[in-house]
Formats: sequence, C-alpha cells, structure tokens
Amino acid sequence: MSAKTRSARLTVLGLTVPGLLGLAVSFVLPLAWLLRMSFNRGDSTGLIEETFTLDSYAQFVGDSYYWDMAWETTLLGLGVTVLTIVVSYPIALFLVRTESRFKGILVALAVAPLLTSSVVRTYGWLVLLGNQGVVNQALMGAGLVDQPLALINNRLGVYIALVEIMMPYMILCLLAGFGRFNPELEHAARSLGANRWRTFWRIVWPLSMPGVLTGALLVFVLTISSFVTPRLVGGGKVFYLATEIYDQATATLNWPFAAAIAFILLALFAVVIVIYQRALRRIEAQ
Amino acid sequence: MTSKLKGWPTRVVVTLLYLFLLAPILMVVVISFDTQSTMSFPPQGFTFQWYERLAQNAEFIQGFQVSAVVGAGVALLALLIGVPVAVALTRHDFRFREAMSGFFLSPLMVPAIVLGLALLLVLAPLKITGTYGGLIVAHLAITVPYVVRTTSMSLMTMNRSCEEAARTLGASPWRTFTRVTLPLIAPGVLAGGVIAFLISFDEAVISLFVVGPQATTLPVEIFHYVESRTDPQIAALSVVLIAISVLFMVIIERAAGLKKVLR
Repeated sequence: MSAKTRSARLTVLGLTVPGLLGLAVSFVLPLAWLLRMSFNRGDSTGLIEETFTLDSYAQFVGDSYYWDMAWETTLLGLGVTVLTIVVSYPIALFLVRTESRFKGILVALAVAPLLTSSVVRTYGWLVLLGNQGVVNQALMGAGLVDQPLALINNRLGVYIALVEIMMPYMILCLLAGFGRFNPELEHAARSLGANRWRTFWRIVWPLSMPGVLTGALLVFVLTISSFVTPRLVGGGKVFYLATEIYDQATATLNWPFAAAIAFILLALFAVVIVIYQRALRRIEAQ
Repeated sequence: MTSKLKGWPTRVVVTLLYLFLLAPILMVVVISFDTQSTMSFPPQGFTFQWYERLAQNAEFIQGFQVSAVVGAGVALLALLIGVPVAVALTRHDFRFREAMSGFFLSPLMVPAIVLGLALLLVLAPLKITGTYGGLIVAHLAITVPYVVRTTSMSLMTMNRSCEEAARTLGASPWRTFTRVTLPLIAPGVLAGGVIAFLISFDEAVISLFVVGPQATTLPVEIFHYVESRTDPQIAALSVVLIAISVLFMVIIERAAGLKKVLR
C-alpha cells in the first residue's frame, strides 16, 4: 500500500468516524439492545428476567387479540394510503396543469401543513370532529342528524385525521412524479378521439405511477408507525401496534413484550418494502 | 381539455379538498381567539385571553426552553458529525461508500415508536432519561440523515474549479475546505442545521419515551395537555408555533431555496 492511499484512507476514516460513533450510540446500539430485550422474559409487574426465550413472540402469535391488532394496523395503513391517493391526486393534477398566477401560493398552501406538528393538527381534528365540533354542528343544523355522530374516540376519526395529515407528503410525491408529464400527450390523445375517461386511465394515470408508488410507500410506512394521532383521536379506545408498544412499555412495563411487538412492526415494514420493490420492478418492466 | 380546465367541477372539487387539507389549521387559528373554553362551534366572541394565559403557563414556557436548547444542541452536533460524512461521501472514493451512504439514511426507515422504545431501554439504565444530554442523543439519529443529505447536495452541485484552484495554488486541504468549500456550501449546511432543529423541536414520539420530570419537551407537554383537557390555550400555542415555523421556512428559502431542500 502506498503512502498516498494510506493517507487517503486515514482522511476518510477521520471524516466518518465521528458520524459512525454518533449513529452507533443513538441508533445501532439501542436497536441491538431492543432485539436482545425481546428475548428476555417479562411480566406485568415490571420484572425482567435475563434469559433467552421466544416467550414474548409466542405470547403475540398465540393470542388472536394481537392478530386482530396487527390486521387492524395493516388495514389502517392500506385504507389511509388509498384514501390519501384519492384526495391528493386531484390537487396534484390541478397544480401540474394550472396556469394560474397564484400557482406558487397554491403549491405552498398544499404542503404548508407539514410545518405544523402532527400533535397540533390532531388537536385541530379533535375540535372539528367532537360532539360540539363544526362537523356535527353543521350536520345537526342542516337537520341531517338528530344526535351528534361519534366521530372521535373510534377508528373512523383516526382514519379521517390520518388521511389529512398524510396529504402533504402524498402531494409532494405526486408533484415530483408528474415531472415527466407533458400536457401535449393528453392533448394528442384527446384529438385522436379518446374521451376524457380513457385519456386519464391510458395516459395520465400510468405516467403518474412512479409518484403514486413513492407516495403510497411513504404514507403506508408513516401510517402504520404513527402513534400520536391514533392515541389522541382514538381516545385510548382503539388499539394499533404502535399504541400497544407504548402501553406495554410505559403502563404495563413489560419491556420484553413491547420490544417483541416493535420487531413484529419492523417485520411488517420489511414485508411491505419487499412487495413494493416487486411492484416497482413489474411496472418498470412494462 | 385546456379550455375546459377552468370548468367549475374541477374548481369545486379542488377547493373542497383544499378546505379538508387546511381545516384543522384554520380551526386552530379561529378558536385561539374564541371566548368560550370548550371545543365548540361557532365562536362566541373575540379575545386574547388564551395568549395571555399562555404567557403565564410555566409548563409550556419551560417546555419551550427545553425544546429550544435541545434543538440547538442537536443541530450543532448533527452538523459537526454530519458535514464531514457528507464530504467523505462526495469527495472521496472508498470501498464501502455505497453501504455507508445507505447507513447514514437508514434511521429514517425505522418508525419513531420503535426507536423511542429502543432509546428508552438504553438511556434508562444509564439514568440519563429526562436530561438534556439524553434528549440530544435521542434526537441525533433522526437528524443526521438530513444534514448529510442537504450538505451532500450542495457539495455535488457546487462548482469545483475554485477548490481545484486553491489546491493548485498550494492551500492545504483543511484551508481549502474552510476558506473555499465551506463558504460555497454554507446554504446547504445552514438548511441542514435548520431542518435538524425543526425536526428535534417538533419530535413528539421518541421524546415521549425519554423525557423526565427534569426536562420535558414542548411537544410532549402539548401531547399530555391534549390527552387530559382541550381548552384553547393549546390553540394559541399552536398559532405561535406555526408563526415560528413559517419564520424558519423563510430563512431556509432565503438561504437555499425551499424547492432544493424539499426535493
């Protein structure tokens, strides 16, 4: 090895070691510790027995209550993802096509909610959807319902609030994905006699697919790991994997079980990412 | 198609969707000035009393201070370790470069709830939960990736001829970096620092696990407050926070251009 490559290596080492140490302490070590903890034996008294057992995982797999929870979490992820695409797509398409001089402001407005913490926006939804909230007051004022609808402290409220909270991410991904979109193509299809519906499904939608897929993955991943919104809008009455991890860790103090659920959530992540990459490859092959 | 673009159905749909998207924020702004203390609609009168109470709420003020100090500490530390990594990734060729690049982005792939629990397990036995140091460590992993990314982008897009000129004229690598490269990539570095601060300042989930009675961050205070009651003080606080983040975004926009950072 020449002196020059050795000094180059030392430079790279010097530049990266602080970063590697920082992530080792704040990321790698905690996750390794978490994995080790998931093999310990814990109980609801908070005692942890140092051992090597799969008890916590068995407890999860052996209880249909937790299967339901995992299923509801997956369903929440899928449902919020689909609904977010449906409500974000028209805005993104409008922003790509518009020639309005307010375009800059409209784009900024669409992503502005990202600037406010999700705790704050969740609070906004609590006010909107509560029994005395705008939605119920409007519905009752219009005579559509006699009793306020139950829109919070249940799954419905969690879906509504999460869809809104995910919208800016989806809009950003869609806008980035529309980069290849050329209005001329739409024009050509129309002048060749395709109707609006056909033009959309054959031209616009396929071209926007990369953006849709990126956004879908991001929204799904953010949704199944979201905690604040399911907790506050759900009012502690609906349970998902993320809320269960928190309850087991802070209320029940069963750290091994909380750690096991955390790794089951990570496994769910891994499955989704593999499916996503398969889908991406198939679409790129077309 | 283009002639029908301004047709009313599109407008109505897009307007309604915008309303849905902005509803919670609009709601928060409206009720922060409302005289009644329950979460109901329509507003009964106009008042600044929630803002006045906010100014006297010791928990919120304390939380704000903790979040600001932690945010500044995290931003500084993330810059100190993130900028050299970005230099290594963009200016040097080495065997594990791709792997390292992926590694420095990987904390963003782990859900905050998992990372929060993991950090609790490590920080609790060391008795540093609820301390500034513990909180800064807890926020480091999720902020370093942004610093590495914004700085790398600046390093890749800057004109390298100035760097080469300085080297040819005999400047040492260190001198070249501090006198030539650093001023040129300053916008990316600043943007990375501001994003790191904002992420740390906004972070609620990881903090929930690692705060303690001595040091609780503002988002955690808000979370617990909303969990138990819902008077408009939270709305007033939210409006103040929105104003602060808008201010920060203006700084980023001036420094680097928001588009580049968001990409």
